[in-house]
Amino acid sequence: MTDTNKTSLTRESLPGLNRRYRAERRFHLVGKMAVAFSLAFLTFLIGSIVYQGIGAFFQTEVRLEVPQEMIAEHGDDGFTLLRQSMLHNLPDAKGRSARREAYKMAGEGSDIELLSAIADQQTQAAVVTVWIPVSDDIDMAYKSDFAPDMLGSFSDRQKGWLDTWVADDRLRMSFNTGFLVNGDSRDPERAGIGGALMGSIFTLVVCLVLSFVIGILAAIYLEEFAPKNKLTAFLEVNINNLATVPSIIFGLLGLAVFLNTFGLPRSSALVGGMVLSLMTLPTIIIASRVALQSVPPSIREAALGLGATHIQAVFHHVLPLALPGMLTGTILGMARALGETAPLLMIGMVAFIADPPSSFMDPTSALPVQVYLWADSPERAFAEKTSGAIIVLLLFLFVMNLTAIILRKKLEKKW
Amino acid sequence: MQPKILAKNVNVAYGDRQTLFGIDLEIAPQKVTALIGPSGCGKTTFLRCLNRMNDLIPTCKVEGTITLDGQDIYDKSVDVEVLRRRIGMVFQKANPFPKSIYENVAYGPRIHGLAKTKADLDAIVEKSLRRAGLWDEVHDRLDSQGTGLSGGQQQRLCIARAIAIEPEVILMDEPCSALDPIATAKIEELMNELKQRYTIVIVTHSMQQAARVSDTTAFFHLGYLVETGATADMFTNPQDERTEAYITGRIG
Repeated sequence: MTDTNKTSLTRESLPGLNRRYRAERRFHLVGKMAVAFSLAFLTFLIGSIVYQGIGAFFQTEVRLEVPQEMIAEHGDDGFTLLRQSMLHNLPDAKGRSARREAYKMAGEGSDIELLSAIADQQTQAAVVTVWIPVSDDIDMAYKSDFAPDMLGSFSDRQKGWLDTWVADDRLRMSFNTGFLVNGDSRDPERAGIGGALMGSIFTLVVCLVLSFVIGILAAIYLEEFAPKNKLTAFLEVNINNLATVPSIIFGLLGLAVFLNTFGLPRSSALVGGMVLSLMTLPTIIIASRVALQSVPPSIREAALGLGATHIQAVFHHVLPLALPGMLTGTILGMARALGETAPLLMIGMVAFIADPPSSFMDPTSALPVQVYLWADSPERAFAEKTSGAIIVLLLFLFVMNLTAIILRKKLEKKW
Repeated sequence: MQPKILAKNVNVAYGDRQTLFGIDLEIAPQKVTALIGPSGCGKTTFLRCLNRMNDLIPTCKVEGTITLDGQDIYDKSVDVEVLRRRIGMVFQKANPFPKSIYENVAYGPRIHGLAKTKADLDAIVEKSLRRAGLWDEVHDRLDSQGTGLSGGQQQRLCIARAIAIEPEVILMDEPCSALDPIATAKIEELMNELKQRYTIVIVTHSMQQAARVSDTTAFFHLGYLVETGATADMFTNPQDERTEAYITGRIG
């Protein structure tokens, strides 16, 4: 030890102080690095998903000129009308193979858009101008600005046609509403997440209603009213264990009980929600009990001291104070349920379902399952759709969390 | 005079640990009775037996009889909610509900159906706040949070809340232990007024406070009721040497 100068107030006058300050600075640096690292990782993840998926919200369209007499001739047959207008708009489409290549330039099912576009215009002009979606290959090529590796699937003749379309300024990008409203499809240009989104909403509504009501009532009973004996302790341990059970086990349980024993409709949002609520119940019960425990006992005593019954004290005073905490737990559980795929696979929600559900009993898909299905599809355009679906899933989560935060703030302000 | 509350041979145990041994105590009506003694002597436990707040602790066992106006409060036919409506309580730490001042006072009358109309309820709230000496300070902000008041005001709000349901007895568990001398003086002054209407039992650590506010004092030590008597006699002429040791500051 060096001698300490008792009259000095500088840092050097106290031996070892420099070392302590260095340790503190080191700790700050490590902490900042950890935060920066996780932020960078998150930015990279979201950035790459948005970069890949933003295209799914846009669709390339081509301008077609359809003569009035062609509409008069084939107006009731969209399929033929589309083929005829493609031939009309592509020069030198002579011969069988040229015709087939010409037909392939239009998107699968664009005949519906063609007919509705013509009907919308209601013009008697000699030539009607309409915009219809192009095939997914052209869509991807156009979005990549005709990168060479995107052109592999085209013939020289198609490449020539594409060049004339670009030269004539016949291609444009438009917002793809179909992606948000359509159900699933084998054709990437027609496939949308509308069905999966509705399915996820229906499933979450069932899950929320069941797990919130049952979870909170169970938590209140266990925390406030249940006698503290071995049976309660046993239940407590089991609820804690349930929270760690792999989710696919709950799917198997749903398959065995809800589908096979009760005979509820397969692939339906009702069964999906019930299975997910099994999974979220333990989370909600545990979070709600913690929220109840954190209410100071003096509030309970104050109400009881005034001659309130136990149930009045709980519902008038304890529950309102615990509710924000309970909501947090519920939202955490819901967020986990929204992203859960495995249990839904077990109860048949992985099936190919083209139409959005209109009730809780209809067969449906769900967002994460849709991501899983599309990620498995061979078409190049589905890669974009997969990222697009992930964006919608993340936005959904964001909206849910925001709602919870607003709700919590509101409830806290009231008290 | 008939005692308001009469405790006979009261034994209390938490599980295997007995904390009160054979307590016999008379509490006179419209008087302030102070329970004094060192920490852990059982005075709060005894107080909480009087309105059966100890029922909340599953391991707590109470033996002996405690009567209110001659009626055994531990009898099977007694409903604790009715009992607590007649014997109110003010706690050591001010515990207003996290609601408005008005709601704090109105809660008791509301759950017991004491007010038929909004005007009745308003009258009860005003009367209770006046009796608690808080009306002048808060009458223009009844909608603000009860928890936003100062410590002394919060404790008087709790007193207003307790007297809003017109109890006959008010139990006070060290109501001034967290307050400064001025707030304490206000509450002591209040107790002097309140004893015109209510029977008051107060647990206190401060012997000066017991001397100032109480008519009767009971000294607890290690779970036994050592001595009880008129406050003036007790402080000037204690019968038991333990009492003397405590009030002169040699134990405690």
